[in-house]
Amino acid sequence: MQVHKYDVVIVGAGGAGMRAAIESGQRARTAVLTKLYPTRSHTGAAQGGMCAALANVEEDNWEWHTFDTVKGGDYLVDQDAAEVMAKEAIDAVLDLEKMGLPFNRTPEGKIDQRRFGGHTRDHGKSPVRRACYAADRTGHMILQTLYQNCVKHNVEFYNEYYVLDLLIVEEDATREDGSAYKQKRVAGVVSYDLASGEIHVFQGKSVVFASGGVGKVFKTTSNAHTLTGDGMGIAFRRGIPLEDMEFFQFHPTGLAGLGILLSEAARGEGAILRNSDGERFMERYAPTIKDLAPRDIVARSMANEVREGRGCGPNKDYVLLDLTHLEPAHIDAKLPDITEFARTYLGVEPYTDPVPVFPTAHYAMGGIPTNIKAEVLQDNDTVVPGLYAAGEVACVSVHGSNRLGTNSLLDINVFGKRAGIAAAEYAKTAEYVEVPEDADQFTIDLIEQVRSANGTERVAQLRKELQDTMDANVQVFRSEQTLNETLNVIASLRERYKNIGIQDRGRRFNLDLLEAVELGFLLDMAQVMTVAALHREESRGGHFREDFPDRDDEKFMKHSMAYKDDLATSESVAGIRLETKPVIFTRYEPMVRKY
Amino acid sequence: MTAETVEPASKVELAPGVGGGGEIPSFDITLKVRRYNPEVSEEAHWDDFKLTMYGTDRVLDALHKAKWEHDGSVSFRRSCAHGVCGSDAMRINGRNRLACKTLLKDLDTSKPILVEPIKGLPVEKDLIVDMEPFFQSYREIMPFLINSGHEPTRERLQSAEDRERFDDTTKCILCAACTSSCPVFWTDGQYFGPAAIVNAHRFIFDSRDDAGDMRLEILNDKEGVWRCRTVFNCTEACPRGIQVTKAISEVKNAVLNRKI
Repeated sequence: MQVHKYDVVIVGAGGAGMRAAIESGQRARTAVLTKLYPTRSHTGAAQGGMCAALANVEEDNWEWHTFDTVKGGDYLVDQDAAEVMAKEAIDAVLDLEKMGLPFNRTPEGKIDQRRFGGHTRDHGKSPVRRACYAADRTGHMILQTLYQNCVKHNVEFYNEYYVLDLLIVEEDATREDGSAYKQKRVAGVVSYDLASGEIHVFQGKSVVFASGGVGKVFKTTSNAHTLTGDGMGIAFRRGIPLEDMEFFQFHPTGLAGLGILLSEAARGEGAILRNSDGERFMERYAPTIKDLAPRDIVARSMANEVREGRGCGPNKDYVLLDLTHLEPAHIDAKLPDITEFARTYLGVEPYTDPVPVFPTAHYAMGGIPTNIKAEVLQDNDTVVPGLYAAGEVACVSVHGSNRLGTNSLLDINVFGKRAGIAAAEYAKTAEYVEVPEDADQFTIDLIEQVRSANGTERVAQLRKELQDTMDANVQVFRSEQTLNETLNVIASLRERYKNIGIQDRGRRFNLDLLEAVELGFLLDMAQVMTVAALHREESRGGHFREDFPDRDDEKFMKHSMAYKDDLATSESVAGIRLETKPVIFTRYEPMVRKY
Repeated sequence: MTAETVEPASKVELAPGVGGGGEIPSFDITLKVRRYNPEVSEEAHWDDFKLTMYGTDRVLDALHKAKWEHDGSVSFRRSCAHGVCGSDAMRINGRNRLACKTLLKDLDTSKPILVEPIKGLPVEKDLIVDMEPFFQSYREIMPFLINSGHEPTRERLQSAEDRERFDDTTKCILCAACTSSCPVFWTDGQYFGPAAIVNAHRFIFDSRDDAGDMRLEILNDKEGVWRCRTVFNCTEACPRGIQVTKAISEVKNAVLNRKI
């Protein structure tokens, strides 16, 4: 067993992981493990901006930003976390500028800001310019800047080390009220070196999960092929709950049929949506802020237009993003990449023609539960000492049931930084938890089982069937019937997964094996998402139930917590236990959510 | 800077056929993939895959189809699949491209489509190369902002013109398409290569940076900018449209004039 010893082990090298590494690396011996190269991480695909109430171009303050975040999340946001994020947003942006990030500038040379969906002045009065940006490649600039600063600080990366297990030991412990429980402690992680096929154990006093999302459970998605929910899946298999997994964001403007993201910044800069009648239909759905309503509302409105027969194209299955009233020079300066995507992939010239768009699976609001210190929770209030999570893999919860645009780039910077500092500080005083003797056995078994798999089912076929059913049934509109149907499909796919065969038996860069392992996580996560969605008999934020179209605060103003539990059954699915966790309120009472 | 936009009309007359569409045509291709796996053999060879593809498909889709439906051992890196992560630079019909940004319909599909690993970096397996030498050169040019002054409490100010000065080279995604298209790099792996120079340029011409002289000194090395023979392969290869050769020339001039 090859064991590497570090104070802090970070899993994932996107925005959250590298932001954590910059802090942790300066305080403690830190290793960053990624299944890619750091600069390939999907933070780089984020486009539009990162909100902070800098008030560089108009009046703004962090309290308005907090309110917008809470209302945007349909009041399921933990308000203490939203306050932290909106307050620390300002320093997060200034930190990045000092690290060298090339933001667009105002005529006075300050960081420029623009409008984004759901971000308003004075509690919803009108859109506000809050998003700091670098053209429509803000995520690219953040990823590059953070990587550059990791190079500056000599952060140790283990590239193409795929983490497959979290080492947790359990100790008998007693709560204040005298009740007994099992206290989890983290000892490290187990990784699979893609280049050599070797297994490496990383022992750490602290472990930070920052491994990103799970968009590949859907067919139409803005997410990278590599976003297969590994981090969430690993934690779940080791008894860590997953919070609010029923809430998944569908970004309104994916290129029709392809899912490639066209930033909300397009609408921030003045683009609008039209249906087949040429009508600006968002005027009907959100009279005050129209096309700049939050994403869940816009995505649902688009899907509704298509459903009611006002879709465009030969199959009437998309709507149009119209930029033709904007100056080409303005488009080139502010939206160069997304207009190139429209040209390259659809052959549409956005100067003169509207661009076909439809919602695309974009972001998991749920994930590994943490508190505002980025500490992972093993239940509603017990922290796992030394275990941290930040970014899309985590659920703080600052996004509640619907994330506002730009708040993910903010989330990774604010909570990535917090996780990095906390992990390093913890490691300074903590002792190592002993790595169990057979720590790598689970991973070896998993890998060898897949490597020798010689059944008749193809991984790509099972994945396609999963993605097709998730797109058809668990997308913008959901119902008891579509969700039950999905659970049946997933159950049969899980059976068939036991009979997969792969063709590559080698050790070197065995990506055939990698995809098979990833599918295992996708199946697990799709099941958790669907069970949680079936249980939540209300509509809130990104989760819309046709059979329960209203928000039901009395029954469901609470987070869901899904546990892996062999003894439990939830919504007729064996092995999952669903519990709830209270939402934290500080200053805002739930109100009807209108824009 | 934000231009006030005119409020667009609530309703417009759409031109017929707007948004394009109709049946997406399908066609047959032969994909020839350069295969190499030292676990099996020291010899590289070509494998042919006959595939039915669609009008919106990219080379990456063809590679996926070959892997997912024919031979699971075909190995290549990819992630975002829309040209921003830089994982899938490869030689396609002899030119360095990103597989996810190269539409099949833009290639001559009457002939086999040749896909090989990028040149000048050690091949690990099939289309996967060892990227470490590439990132080593990148790290050597000190690719991070160096500023000696006091940190301001707010942001450093920078005029829009100063920001524009290095905009082009901030677009780099480190895919190595440029460096591995450079004939000088093929014969001399010590050469920093276009990508490292592009990333040096990004800081040398950033008005907030104070270490331009240090970077110019590094690039004045015998393996530095002077190895560039202005072949323009790099500019042609860049999937982000960066004027790579121009950036290198600007660095050369800066070395000569020490004026940045």
